[in-house]
Amino acid sequence: MTIANVLTVALLVIGCFFFLTGTIGLVRFPDFYARMHATGKSDTLAVFCCLLALAIHHGLALDSFKLLLIAVFVYVANPTGTHAICRAAFRAGVKPWTRKTNK
Amino acid sequence: MHAFFLGTSLFLCLLVLVCLYRVIWGPTTIDRMVAAGAIGTKTLIILVLMGFLYDRIAMFIDISMVYAILNFIGTLAFAKYFEGAGEI
Repeated sequence: MTIANVLTVALLVIGCFFFLTGTIGLVRFPDFYARMHATGKSDTLAVFCCLLALAIHHGLALDSFKLLLIAVFVYVANPTGTHAICRAAFRAGVKPWTRKTNK
Repeated sequence: MHAFFLGTSLFLCLLVLVCLYRVIWGPTTIDRMVAAGAIGTKTLIILVLMGFLYDRIAMFIDISMVYAILNFIGTLAFAKYFEGAGEI
């Protein structure tokens, strides 16, 4: 059990945990904006953790550099897509969820 | 390590099945699209793990990179279309 294996397992478990929380939020939240809030951020962090773990496992090579390139691309692209789709929904007139009993 | 990667892949496949609930029974079209994007993000990791499982890592990393770019472009194209359509 080397230090690289420990780091790989720990980062993959952290990534799977964030995937799990994002999926639970996607299924359980009441509103489109809340679902977007749950899945947009946690999925980005989960992808970054998982790809970093696999790059550490693979070692110093061209393929691990490509893995980090995918991670950086997802880190830029996933929030951009989230923002674009939320803005489109807001302009199309999707109403945010409010608690009915407060009215 | 091989068994751990296999277990992680199976766990992510289970999460994809849970996301598929929102794709099928989502109330609006945009919910389905968000869930499809989340499934694409999980598929990215599953593809790289499959590359480690089959020892064909170079090929599967290229496939995964193309998948990430296609997922992003699909999301942007849908956002543009949805903004123009103005209907749920």
